Amino acid sequence: MSTEALSPETVMREMKQNGVTDIVWLPDSETNWLYLLMKADPDLRLVGVTREGHACSIAAGLYAGGHKPMILIQNTGMLESGDSIRGWLMGLNIPVVLMVGYRGYTRHGVNTDTAATYTERFLMAFNIPFFLIENDADSDRITKAFELADKTRQPVVVLVGDEFHGFNR
Amino acid sequence: MMHTADVLKVFAEHRGDAVVISGRGGKHWLQISDTALDLPLGDPAMGGHSGFGLGLALAQPNKRVVLFDSEGDILMSLGQLPTIAEQAPANFYHFILDNEVYATTGGQPVPGAKNVDYAGIARASGYPRAYSFSDIEDFTRELPGILAGPGPVFIALKVLPEVENTPIGQRVRWRKRSADKVVSDVRGALGVG
Repeated sequence: MSTEALSPETVMREMKQNGVTDIVWLPDSETNWLYLLMKADPDLRLVGVTREGHACSIAAGLYAGGHKPMILIQNTGMLESGDSIRGWLMGLNIPVVLMVGYRGYTRHGVNTDTAATYTERFLMAFNIPFFLIENDADSDRITKAFELADKTRQPVVVLVGDEFHGFNR
Repeated sequence: MMHTADVLKVFAEHRGDAVVISGRGGKHWLQISDTALDLPLGDPAMGGHSGFGLGLALAQPNKRVVLFDSEGDILMSLGQLPTIAEQAPANFYHFILDNEVYATTGGQPVPGAKNVDYAGIARASGYPRAYSFSDIEDFTRELPGILAGPGPVFIALKVLPEVENTPIGQRVRWRKRSADKVVSDVRGALGVG
């Protein structure tokens, strides 16, 4: 695997190190290999949703019951989930990390995808802290996101730079 | 049609040590019970109660989790039903209070108010058991048997609308705890907080 890619094994290791018990998720076009790894892990529950906003209340319920969920969705779904993020995560003080596929992201600063155009603006409008990861060297930012979520009892986003990751082998 | 308060009184006799997410029945349930295992969350974001109930049931498999959802919430998040059915939490009891209207906004009818078969949708989504009641005597008679079996089970209840028409700022706030306090309280009671 190229060092310029973010490998799914690295993401899995970060999840395990941070005690994630459940992945509440909706697949995007880039996460197939990560899906296979998650599915093979007997200690990880996958909760598939049909619309990304549903992940927020499910994660809140899991947290209320003592679990440590992580949400795995694409930025398009995050944009659709605004009220659920506000009400079920921010409003209930749920310390959860959302790993969000950054569709349309390019390092070059020029994109042709409005999903990317509005992603960081959305997060700033909601005052949700976020970290960008593009390759394995950035992976410690995932742990920083978990630490910040726990410290603030609020959702924190990890944006997965779409252009570089190696999830879809 | 039944009164929500009567439905909840009947349920209360069989509640045991269940966690109760009172949802759209919250105002009435507060008159019956207000412990750390009662979760009057209000309305964090419409359509999400079923997901919260699912998450709590998955995290606490040895604890019965009961949710009083609504038809308006269900219509907003029909896709939650296949997710719940797929996860199949045996400890999850999913009631909906179907008053056929958006009561808190003045009583406008929900789409398909008279036609939608919610128990049928739940069954078709994969819930192994689903029931409908519009008569309190039938509900009273059947409830013990329903609760004696495993979840996930879906129980649709036709109830009379209690329409609120006063401006939101003039309404009496019935909740005693904030929603985030409700979550921290239940985590404490479950020994996970």
